[in-house]
Amino acid sequence: MRISTGTIRLVIPAASLALLLAAVFYMQPRAMSYTGLNLLFNLAVPIALATVAQMLVMAVNDLDLSMGAFVSFCACVTATFLQASPAVGVLIFLGAIAAYAVIGVVIHVRELPSIVVTLGMSFVWSGLAVLMLPSPGGEAPGWARWLMTSRPPFVPMAIVASVIIALVTHFAIMRSSVGVLIRGVGGNVRSVERAGWSVIRIRAGTYALAGFFAVLSGIALVGLTTSADANIALRYTLLSIAGVILGGGEFIGGKVSPIGAVIGALTLTLAGSFLSFMRISSDWQIGAQGAILIVVLALRLLLNRLEKREKSR
Amino acid sequence: MIIRKMLFASVAIACIAGPVSALADTSGKKIALSNNYAGNSWRQAMLTSWDKITKEAVSKKIVAAADPFTTAENQATEQAAQIQNMILQGYDAIVINAASPTALNGAVKEACNAGITVVSFDGIVTEPCAWRIAVDFKAMGESQVEYLAKKLPKGGNLLEIRGLAGVSVDDEIHAGIQAGVRKNPQFKIVGAVNGDWAQDVAQRAVAGILPSLPEITAVVTQGGDGYGAAQAFAAANRPTPTIVMGNREDELVWWKQQKDKNGYETMSVSIAPGVSTLAFWVAQQILDGKQVKKDLVVPFLRIDQGNLETNLAGTQKGGVANVEYSLEDAQKVISAAK
Repeated sequence: MRISTGTIRLVIPAASLALLLAAVFYMQPRAMSYTGLNLLFNLAVPIALATVAQMLVMAVNDLDLSMGAFVSFCACVTATFLQASPAVGVLIFLGAIAAYAVIGVVIHVRELPSIVVTLGMSFVWSGLAVLMLPSPGGEAPGWARWLMTSRPPFVPMAIVASVIIALVTHFAIMRSSVGVLIRGVGGNVRSVERAGWSVIRIRAGTYALAGFFAVLSGIALVGLTTSADANIALRYTLLSIAGVILGGGEFIGGKVSPIGAVIGALTLTLAGSFLSFMRISSDWQIGAQGAILIVVLALRLLLNRLEKREKSR
Repeated sequence: MIIRKMLFASVAIACIAGPVSALADTSGKKIALSNNYAGNSWRQAMLTSWDKITKEAVSKKIVAAADPFTTAENQATEQAAQIQNMILQGYDAIVINAASPTALNGAVKEACNAGITVVSFDGIVTEPCAWRIAVDFKAMGESQVEYLAKKLPKGGNLLEIRGLAGVSVDDEIHAGIQAGVRKNPQFKIVGAVNGDWAQDVAQRAVAGILPSLPEITAVVTQGGDGYGAAQAFAAANRPTPTIVMGNREDELVWWKQQKDKNGYETMSVSIAPGVSTLAFWVAQQILDGKQVKKDLVVPFLRIDQGNLETNLAGTQKGGVANVEYSLEDAQKVISAAK
């Protein structure tokens, strides 16, 4: 039986997650329970959503450096407007998603590098977040809190949510015709254009979809933390990019894996816990986190090479 | 045979009961420190104090463990994950210096639900189930004006150096200084600049405003800015006013030089990084079953003309004057809050 490239792409991230999980269970047997798994993974849910959003942008061969600032902004909206007057909150979110679509259009029409545009936008989002919540505070809407702390039978919420996110995005990106177009724009714009599709619409749609997932990420985050501040999710920019790459995606566009991205987000979260259980001093933790990334990427490079050799034979 | 068994039993009981009755009930408890940042002299001193006091407590078997953890990136989400890991590691109490007063509330709530005692200090959290050890920054600002009122009964013009704009600590100290001036109307604030708690910024800011100011009798500060202000006055060839210091080593050294040269008099006030050890003892007392109010106030560390030398001798180069708290200090703070 031939194993497809997509499956091989998934093997490494899944294996690294399993390995890390085994190591954490060995060091901290307490984690091997319903509550333990929930505590290990519940903060990974917003990261997974942000990673999926980043993956969409990367699928069309762009990079979103405003992800962390935008999720922080969404968290602030959730903790203020969405809680106090839901209608206004929803309107703001719709406006934000529309803004994302416009960013996609601007990047496409003016042929600007996405890194520059999104870096600029990150200051806009941060500024709006500070305007809304000058000092930390706000309150999570009851339903968001309920959703994130609910306790489904047998499997903790964090796992259920991750599986749902992975499956939904898998079918949307890998199995639907829209998904093919999105990946097509990242892989080969010309062929999509010649086939008669409007690339500008596809790009705008992809950005809007990314904005939508980032909004969900902000809501999920506030559901966990109960309140927000303007800097709450700044880490998410780099975490989401690392998550996509760790999960088998690539910078060159078109090559992404939604299930892998969710696994990548879980792996990154778990790596943090692993290092903390190992009692590694904070001075070394960023380095150690980087080392884990490099090891996983090196493994993938090796596998890619094997794959190529297989093909050329 | 029976006698032998009885002997065994009594030895066993002696072994178990002996140490337990001699020690506090917290000898089996584990306490963790969750710290969000370690990148300045104050935080380094805070961690060193924690290490020193808790190692002693562990070796005396007052607690089983007191492990410090610092997050790498000073981010709330990272610290929330760290606290959740501590819950899994089975700590009985978590002492927190928080990256955000509100963004950790979810994780703190999880810890409380797991039966863990949470004590926050310096960077406190608002979650009601946690204890808070806060500094009365307003009183700290007011005490500066009160000192000046005693030293300079005639009053005069004040220059105020503020901290980092938009940070709550800056607002509170400022409010305290204003309240002090209202009570002592012989003083008048004629100018205010932002020194950002850094000597170089303060020096630039003071140098910039000085030409437009009348004679200044005293400078009220927030800490980390007194030395820079003194340099700015010297560079402008103006008489050195009474500058309230903020316990930094460079400030104390300058004060000592002036004191030896011409009998310069002032005072110095700030919070001691050793407040982490106070939080440790409070956590230990709560684990011990003591009734402790949720909101405690930590005294600030004040240095006067008389005890300058002793404090300077105990301050590391480039560091901050420090004091480590003992169990008795913690009990005093706890009973004062009742």
